[in-house]
Amino acid sequence: MSERTERLSVRKTYKLFIGGAFPRSESGRSYVVTSSKGDFLANAARASRKDARDAVSAARKAFPGWSGATAYNRGQILYRIAEMLEGRRAQFAAEVADADGVSAKKAGELVDAAVDRLVWYAGWSDKIGAVLGSANPVAGPYFNLSSPEPTGVVAVVAPQAGPLLGLVSVIAPVIVTGNTCVVVASERAPLPAITLAEVLATSDLPGGVVNILTGSAAEMAPWLAGHMDVNGVDLTGAGPELAVTCEELAAENLKRVLRPPADRVDWLADPGIERMTAFLETKTVWHPIGI
Amino acid sequence: MFEYAPAPESRDIVDIRPSYGLFINGEWVEPQGEERHKTVNPATEEVLAEVAWAGEADVDRAVQAAAKAFPVWSAMPGAERAKYLFRIARIIQERARELAVLETLDNGKPIRESRDVDLPLVAAHFFYYAGWADKLSYAGFGPDPRPLGVAGQVIPWNFPLLMLAWKIAPALACGNTVVLKPAETTPLTALAFAEICRQADLPPGVVNIVTGAGETGAALVNHPGVDKVAFTGSTEVGRLIARSLAGIRKKLTLELGGKAANIVFEDAPLDQAVEGIVNGIFFNQGHVCCAGSRLLVQESVAADLLEALKRRLGTLRLGDPLDKNTDIGAINSAEQLAKIRELSEAGEAEGAERWSPACPIPDRGYWFPPTVFTGVAQSHRIAREEIFGPVLSVLTFRTPAEAVEKANNTPYGLSAGVWTEKGSLMLWMASRLRAGVVWSNTFNRFDPTSPFGGYKESGYGREGGRHGLEAYLAV
Repeated sequence: MSERTERLSVRKTYKLFIGGAFPRSESGRSYVVTSSKGDFLANAARASRKDARDAVSAARKAFPGWSGATAYNRGQILYRIAEMLEGRRAQFAAEVADADGVSAKKAGELVDAAVDRLVWYAGWSDKIGAVLGSANPVAGPYFNLSSPEPTGVVAVVAPQAGPLLGLVSVIAPVIVTGNTCVVVASERAPLPAITLAEVLATSDLPGGVVNILTGSAAEMAPWLAGHMDVNGVDLTGAGPELAVTCEELAAENLKRVLRPPADRVDWLADPGIERMTAFLETKTVWHPIGI
Repeated sequence: MFEYAPAPESRDIVDIRPSYGLFINGEWVEPQGEERHKTVNPATEEVLAEVAWAGEADVDRAVQAAAKAFPVWSAMPGAERAKYLFRIARIIQERARELAVLETLDNGKPIRESRDVDLPLVAAHFFYYAGWADKLSYAGFGPDPRPLGVAGQVIPWNFPLLMLAWKIAPALACGNTVVLKPAETTPLTALAFAEICRQADLPPGVVNIVTGAGETGAALVNHPGVDKVAFTGSTEVGRLIARSLAGIRKKLTLELGGKAANIVFEDAPLDQAVEGIVNGIFFNQGHVCCAGSRLLVQESVAADLLEALKRRLGTLRLGDPLDKNTDIGAINSAEQLAKIRELSEAGEAEGAERWSPACPIPDRGYWFPPTVFTGVAQSHRIAREEIFGPVLSVLTFRTPAEAVEKANNTPYGLSAGVWTEKGSLMLWMASRLRAGVVWSNTFNRFDPTSPFGGYKESGYGREGGRHGLEAYLAV
C-alpha cells in the first residue's frame, strides 16, 4: 500500500465565452496568466480574429430578442447577475486579489462595488426611457414621441485595470438598454472576466448578449472596430495609439465611438449615465391626430 | 389636367449683388485667393452672382474671429443671447418672401415649398432655440452645461437656409460661435443671412460665413481652432470627416444619407397613402436625405396602389420654380442631374421597369421627370444607393415581418414610413424599424421641437428638440 500523498488540486481551464457557450479559441492558442507578483495562475485562451467574428455573429443573433425584451425583464436579469455575483463573492475576491495585488479586504470591497454597480444599472432599465425620451409639442395635429433605443452590437475594450469592477462597469451600461456586446477582457488580468462569464451563463441572460474574449486587445480590437456588423465601440481599455487606429476603422460604417477617458478612471465613483447614452439612438415617431 | 395660367412670384423683391465676399467678424471681406465661382439658377442656367472661394487662410481668419468672439458670447447671460436669436427669427419672418424667392432662384425648388415649408421652419427653428438659451440648466445636461467653443458647420444644398438654421440656432443658443460653410451651389441665402446678423446687431465674429467647395469644408473641419464639427451631407464625406477626426478632441455630429422605406399595408387608406408617397419622394425633387425612396407595398394592394399613384403623378406640374402652381422644380445642378440619370439607367439595365408621366421638360436648366421603377429587386442599385432625385423604387412584401426585413436591409437608417389603419401594427412596425424618424400615416414632417437624425450609416447626433442641444454642449 502506497503512502498517502497530498491531494493534487484541480486547475481550472479558462476558455472564451461566445453565444452562451465556453469554447476554446479556434486557433488553439493560449497564453500564461500570472498574478501581480508574477506567479503562474492559469492559461487563458488567446482569441483570434475568427473568434471575434463568431462573437459578433452571436451578439447580432441575440440582439432582436434582448432589445425586444421588456425593460422590466432586462432589469430583473441584471439584478439576477448581481445576486449570482454576490453568491461567489469569495471566489471573485481571491481572483481580484491575485490579479490586482490588493489586500483581501480591498478585493472584497471591489467585489461588493461590482455587485452594487450591477444593482444600480439594473434599476435604470425601465427609467432611462423616461429620462431621455420626450413628447414633442410640434406645431401641427401630430402625436410626436421620441424614445431611446439601443444602438445594436457594441464592441467593448474593457479597462486593463479593474479586472472585475471596471469590467462590470463597462458591460452593464451597454446591455441594460438592450444592446448586445463583444468584450475584450483585460489582457493582463482576464481570469475574473471568465469567472464573470460563468455568472452570466447562470443568470438567465440569453446566450450571446455578452460575449467575452481573452487575449490581445491590440490584435482583436481593430478587427472589431472595422467589423461592418458592429454598431458601436467602447475604447475605454485601449491605449492611445490603439484607440486612434480603432476610431479610424470605426469610421467605415460610422460606428458610435466612446473614446478612452482622458484621465485615469476611478471605478468606485458615481458612473453617471454617459456610458448608457453613448450607445443609445433616439427614435421619433409621428402620427396624425384626427377623427 | 387642368390648364393653369402661369402665376410666377415676382423676383423683384430680391436684390442679388453681382459679387460676394466672405462674412468674417461682422464684415464683408475679400478672400486672399483669386478664385471665385458663379452660382447659377438651375432652372435657367442664368448666372445669379459670383462668390468667393475661401482658402485655408480665409478659413483660419474666420475661425480666429469666432474664437475671439467666443468669450464674450458664451459669457453673455442666456436671456440676452436669447433676445438676439428672437430678433433674428423676427427678421427672417419679415424678410420671408424675399428669402423664399432667393432660395428658389439659387436652389431650383418650387416657390410653394420654399415659401410654405422652408422659410416658416427656418424662423420657427430660431424661435425655438432662442427660448432655450436661458433655460439650459433645465435641459437635463447638468446644472451649468458649458458650450464647446467654435463650431465648424458644413451644410448641403437641398435646404440651404433651413440647414443653416438647424446648425446655427442651437449652436448660438448654447453659447458657441460659428463658422459656417454653405454648399457650393447654394450660397446665396447664407450670405443673405449674414446681412440679417448685421441687421440684428449680432456681435462681430459670432457668426462667420465662408463660401467654397469641398476643400473649404475640409479646411474648416480640420482647423485646430474648431472645437465642434457639424456636417450634413453625403455618407461618403461623413466617413472621411469621422476618419480625419479620429483621436482628435472635437465633438462631431453627422447627418448623412438615407434610403427610407415607405411601407404601405393593405388596410391603409390608399388615397392618403398616395399623397404620402408623392410627398415622400417628390417633395423638393427628391433632394431629401430622409426621402421615401423605396416604396414597399403589400402585394395584395400593389396593383391598385400603383395605378392610383401613376394617375396622381400625371397631375404633377414640372417647370418654373417661381410659378406658384409648380410641384416639381429643377434639379439643383448638372452634376446631380448626371448622377440621377446614371442611377436611373442602371435601374433599367438591371431589369427594373421605368415609368414617367408625360411631362414636358423646359429647354434650359436641369430637369428630371418624376420617375417610378417597378419590379425592383433588393439587389438593384436603385434599391440600395441614395439617388437624391425624384426617383421611386417599388418593391412588394407579403407579411409585416418581410416588410421589416426589407425596410431594414440597408446600411442607412434615417427615416421610414408606415401606412396602416391598425394602431397595434403601426407601433409594432415603428418599434422594429431601425430608423431615427418614423412617420406613420404621414411623411416628411419636420418641426423644431422634434429630434431628427439617423441610425447606422445615416450618422449620429440629433438636430431639433431638447436632444439637439447635446451636440453643442460639453456633455
